[in-house]
Amino acid sequence: MSAITSQSTTLQQQERARSDALRHRLYPVFMHLIMATAVIIVSFPLIYAFILSTQSSHAGTLVPGSAMIENYQEAWRQASMGLLMRNTLIVALAVSLGKIVLAIMGAYALIYFRVRGGMIILGLIMLTHLLPLPVRVVPTYELLTELDWVNTFQGLTIPFFASATGLLLFQQFFRTVPTDLADAARVDGAGPFRFLVSMLVPISRTNIGALFLIEFVYMWNQYLWPLLVANSDQTRQIQIGIKLLVATDAVIQWGTVMAGALMAIIPPLIVLLVLQRSLMTGMTASTDDV
Amino acid sequence: MGTPVFKNRILPYLLLLPSVVLVTVFFLYPAAQSMELSLYRVHRVRNVEIYVGLENFQRLFESTTYLNSLEVTAKFVVATVLFALAISLALAVGASQPIRGFGVYRTLLIWTYALSPAIAGLIWALLTDPAIGFLTDVLARFGIVFNWRRSQGDALIFIVMAAVWKILGYNILFFLAGLKQIPRDVIEAASLDGANSWTRFWKMIFPLLMPMTLFLLIMNTLYASFETFGLIDITTQGGPGRATNVLVYNLYNDGFKSTSGIGLASAQSIILLGIVAALTVFQYKFVSRRTFYQ
Repeated sequence: MSAITSQSTTLQQQERARSDALRHRLYPVFMHLIMATAVIIVSFPLIYAFILSTQSSHAGTLVPGSAMIENYQEAWRQASMGLLMRNTLIVALAVSLGKIVLAIMGAYALIYFRVRGGMIILGLIMLTHLLPLPVRVVPTYELLTELDWVNTFQGLTIPFFASATGLLLFQQFFRTVPTDLADAARVDGAGPFRFLVSMLVPISRTNIGALFLIEFVYMWNQYLWPLLVANSDQTRQIQIGIKLLVATDAVIQWGTVMAGALMAIIPPLIVLLVLQRSLMTGMTASTDDV
Repeated sequence: MGTPVFKNRILPYLLLLPSVVLVTVFFLYPAAQSMELSLYRVHRVRNVEIYVGLENFQRLFESTTYLNSLEVTAKFVVATVLFALAISLALAVGASQPIRGFGVYRTLLIWTYALSPAIAGLIWALLTDPAIGFLTDVLARFGIVFNWRRSQGDALIFIVMAAVWKILGYNILFFLAGLKQIPRDVIEAASLDGANSWTRFWKMIFPLLMPMTLFLLIMNTLYASFETFGLIDITTQGGPGRATNVLVYNLYNDGFKSTSGIGLASAQSIILLGIVAALTVFQYKFVSRRTFYQ
């Protein structure tokens, strides 16, 4: 009798173990299904935009049309996409690089030198956090008019150069660099400039990559400031160019508009793909700010 | 601060000088001017400036347009931030599961970070277009009429959807970075596989993600409040009626589309400054104590 009971218990246990094993094997499959669905849902608006950009007459169908080349050519021509890309690239690159250089300079001064009133200077730069553009937009615009910088690249870039984010990022990173490194460099006769350029900058490349990604995307996607200060063909920025593409006709030409919008996404997307790993590692060290 | 290594009296100040000059010229000086102008009645064409004390603020808080704008902004920001955080947390936790092949999802979920709010708005305008919008079609099949060009309620929902979609990539990227910092054995012990996974997630993983969540809460609030101007300008332009007339859009109209609104716009800038200051205080109190992300 007892033999039979114990046998049935083992059977039950075996069965449970087997169903557990099955669950464990099915779990990844199940999760793959869920995540694949999630990716499709999140990406669907973009996929739909792409399908529309290939159609000549729009019926809201999911079948790609044959007018892809015409739509992209038309958008390129109508929006002067080449010029927009050039203008925006100049601004995004200038601001990203300018911010990186200024942030490294500032952080280097604060960490590696004795700076009287360093905390006050740091506090001053941190105040930029309190002052996003809308808080000072009217006077800044008037200042730009006085400087005669409307419709110039100076006007689109220089007001953005100061970077509290970058300063914090590099300050935090420089603190983790062993002091021995600078001491050794000094013993070897390297001056502050050589130490910065040949030691500190190379080991900061993850942080440089992270900051470049953040600032490039941020500048590429600027809207309010370029809307106010860049209305000439030679300085117009891409987001405003897309806005004009929408407003050209009384009825929105979705094929052309979407072709233009999708082309405008490509440069920041490339930067994101290339540098996303830098951002992941560079940012976990300092989530204070973006 | 670490021990200074280099002895040089002038160099550090020269290195800091450009930043200080730029901050003073393009941030502090205009902000001070905003404060000053908020106390004046300014007419751009007639070139008149009259000191009026707090009249601009009084006018704002008596204006139904401005009060409506405050209400619209509050609704928009709260809805955007809540949905953006909830959805991105769920997606990031899913994508961070230690399952073979999941790296693909991690890449495919962060790309909306590269989008601008304006283009996100355009794409959602296409999806919800009355004639050819896919979403319009799907909703119509359930008997739901969705038209943000006519309905004020729909317009608010529309800008929330587009704003949430755009910020998902950013949030997922940071949640993934936060999840990566969590020790592997904790992740495995709290695997979504098995009984009580829901409870175990909230008890074991979420507390470790709390600093990141608070950080994103602040960043998303700033994003929804200040960075969504393009989204609104390219689609609803504040309408229909004033349904999507958020604070920044209202400020833009007063400051740049009217000849006598500079004082009024400056007063609005100062109110925005108050909002940012409150958020910053919150951030320094609760967010900068990052236990798990050093």
